Amino acid sequence: MLTAEEKHQIDHEISLVPAPKNACIEALKIVQQNHGWISDESLNDVAEYVGMSPAELDSVATFYNLIFRRPVGRHVILLCDSISCYVMGFEGIKEALHEKLNIQYGQTTADGRFTLLPNCCLGTCDCAPALMIDNDLYRNLTVEQLDEILNKYT
Amino acid sequence: MEKPLTQHIIPGRAPLSLKEYEKVGGYQSVHKILKEMTPQEVQALVKESDLKGRGGAGFNTGLKWSFVPMGPDAATPKYLVANADEMEPGTFKDRMLLEGNPHQLIEGMIVAAYAIQASISYVFLRWAYKVAAREITKAIQEAYEAGYLGQNILGSGFNLDMYLHTGVGRYMCGEETALLNALEGKRANPRAKPPFPQVSGLFGKPTIVNNVETLCCLPHIVNNGAEWFKKLGLTADAGTKLFGVSGRVKTPGCWELPMGTTIREILEDYAGGMQDGYLFRGLLPGGASTDFLVVEHLDLPMDYPSIQAAGSRMGTGTMIIMDDQICPVGFTLNLQHFFAQESCGFCTPCREGLPWVERILLAIDKGEGKPEHLLTLDFHTKYLGPGNTFCALAPGAMEPLQSALKYFREDFERHIHEHHCPWSKAKAWQPSI
Repeated sequence: MLTAEEKHQIDHEISLVPAPKNACIEALKIVQQNHGWISDESLNDVAEYVGMSPAELDSVATFYNLIFRRPVGRHVILLCDSISCYVMGFEGIKEALHEKLNIQYGQTTADGRFTLLPNCCLGTCDCAPALMIDNDLYRNLTVEQLDEILNKYT
Repeated sequence: MEKPLTQHIIPGRAPLSLKEYEKVGGYQSVHKILKEMTPQEVQALVKESDLKGRGGAGFNTGLKWSFVPMGPDAATPKYLVANADEMEPGTFKDRMLLEGNPHQLIEGMIVAAYAIQASISYVFLRWAYKVAAREITKAIQEAYEAGYLGQNILGSGFNLDMYLHTGVGRYMCGEETALLNALEGKRANPRAKPPFPQVSGLFGKPTIVNNVETLCCLPHIVNNGAEWFKKLGLTADAGTKLFGVSGRVKTPGCWELPMGTTIREILEDYAGGMQDGYLFRGLLPGGASTDFLVVEHLDLPMDYPSIQAAGSRMGTGTMIIMDDQICPVGFTLNLQHFFAQESCGFCTPCREGLPWVERILLAIDKGEGKPEHLLTLDFHTKYLGPGNTFCALAPGAMEPLQSALKYFREDFERHIHEHHCPWSKAKAWQPSI
């Protein structure tokens, strides 16, 4: 069930566009902000609210890299795997993360703390390699910095 | 050297507030156009300035605007969209303008919106640019409070609303018609043209999509004139340009320099040359979807015609350097992995062809390549090239591939003949999924 606050926020987005379904991505963002991901139940609720079929909304939701249709951890690590980070050796960072967190790409740590995802270019190629955790960007990364960075997130 | 776009950007410090920006001449162009110029005059001025779109295509901005229906019978509302998606690997120039001086962008957007008589505008910002999102939100609020946005701007009768839209991650959103689909709450597939967005764009209404750097040039053109802008360039191309360098150079970064500055000057004087122990082998001059240039091209001026004549594209002007310690096959594979992942899947050559290319490159990189693989790659560069796909994503992907096969063919052949990657130090690139 969408909360009153979620409906209020979605109504605002709907007021800015010609038809409610035009606000569907914004609605998914609002729900994901609260729940971390878009469950089937959430998807059905949003679809009904903006006047789309669940299948139609799912086709939109699954198109975008940052709408999560599977549960994620409390913090999502996006590791840039694009060309400048590749040249500057992001793979060492990747291997260290796999080892430290004991997970591969697409997986969540056993304690639900982190989900690790590859991400195309973070747009900070002059400071490669780079990764983002939630809203925080880390640049000019070295393996030695990883423990200190990861320890900030509980 | 004049640096109009970055003159008020101070690294490490918050961008200028509206009041501070006004003190250094900010928003003067808005006063000028609303009091002294018709929309058609603004269009003519920008066309005359020879400002070319800085998002990569390099099309004359004023000419693009001139396709928008004008006059009392034109459909309303009209829309203006700032393309701040910037998701192409190796490209990071707009970030500097977005984070460093958001009021300059808003001022440029007001100029562009007035020129086409748009009443609604969007900044389509990529998700990862969190600092930019915060600064733009603040700047839009300040601009509303000062009367530069909203109804009856500066008493002129001109109305403009502005919204920040943050994307949810997909390279396709940088293509202007796919961006419009994303704004409409749809999958970001490209649209068939015609009709062009200038006539039927967002929600079926006339729409202009301009790159951030393009829009940031506009206040300065209005304030200083077309001739001044043209003279900023060293060659036939007008204006300054943000040039960036990433890779194994001593001081990677982004700098505003005259259009036509040579690649060598950017690489050596600004990026500090190659890091110790690394030699230059090649570069992509303007992002992941441009053709490689090599040593013989280092003295070329960075402008649209010169780079095109050398068989590449200036693209976004942000160079990615390939050094001698990185495997050209792995480098190309990384690029093709990106394009294969980000293909929207809408048309068959792109959806099927790019993963095929990726698989072949992976096989070659792992030492499992066969001589006929190079022919298959050549085949793809032709059939995924311009004219065979629905949009420019696959043709863009073929640019680094075709030029890698041209300039680094012996490296590909060595992988095949020696059955392993000769860059023993480097681990083979492993695609994530």
